Amino acid sequence: MLANRLGSAVIASRGDLEIVIERSFDAPAALVFEAWTTPSLIRRWWGYESQPLVVCDVDLRVGGGWRYVTRDDVTGLEMGWRGKYREIEPGVRIVSTECFEDHPAGETLNTLTLAEVDGVTTLTVVVLHTTRANRDAQLASGMERGLQHGLDRFERLITPASPPPTNAEERP
Amino acid sequence: MSRAATTSDVFNAIAEPARRDVLGVLARGEQPVGEIVAALDLTQPQVSKHLSVLRTVDLVHCRSHGRQRLYRLNGPALRPVHEWVSAFEAEWNDRLDRFDGVLADLQRKG
Repeated sequence: MLANRLGSAVIASRGDLEIVIERSFDAPAALVFEAWTTPSLIRRWWGYESQPLVVCDVDLRVGGGWRYVTRDDVTGLEMGWRGKYREIEPGVRIVSTECFEDHPAGETLNTLTLAEVDGVTTLTVVVLHTTRANRDAQLASGMERGLQHGLDRFERLITPASPPPTNAEERP
Repeated sequence: MSRAATTSDVFNAIAEPARRDVLGVLARGEQPVGEIVAALDLTQPQVSKHLSVLRTVDLVHCRSHGRQRLYRLNGPALRPVHEWVSAFEAEWNDRLDRFDGVLADLQRKG
């Protein structure tokens, strides 16, 4: 049951350099792989309600690149992530690099593995940083964005008449 | 944003691996400095210095017991660290819950 698994992801730091993210799904590994790597499907889950993906490029082959860009509905602020695929084993494993474009020195090596048992697929992402400071900065980024979401909601609450962003306000 | 001094910031205080080791030992319970030294590959002066930093940011409390001074972990002072990590966790939980919803949709459509 979907509802039973809501909020069940386990996120932990491991050693000084890694973050491990684990979550199980009631779906076959092949379908999990498809939803993880198909742009039209990625757009439905990767961004946030108020920060949808405006770019979702996936060149799913070894040496191929990927790039996701979110844009905040209210501020128009865009944030981009990109990387390259190092290993691809459909339905089983993807090794890829990832960097936040505002902080390219903080590149990580991400290893996604899928393990299916009795129709339940456990997805594990190990994010390997090059320094502890970068690892900790990524953990901290969640709090910054979380706070920003809270502030955005608060701003909308206190200024109900604020106009939606227009194209004229977009960055060149 | 400038970095806070080690002695005023819980995050900086625990950035030093040896101080995390000291906290790990204290997580087992209240102990004198000698027990902490015995558990770690550190000298007594090193442990005393780390304990001093940890006390300054309120992560460790100390009391006298006879001729000994006993050190213990002050859990509530770790709360900012916990909240900081749990925000990242909440972000990934939301994302993977939406991912779960996409999978459920795909399976319904067969």
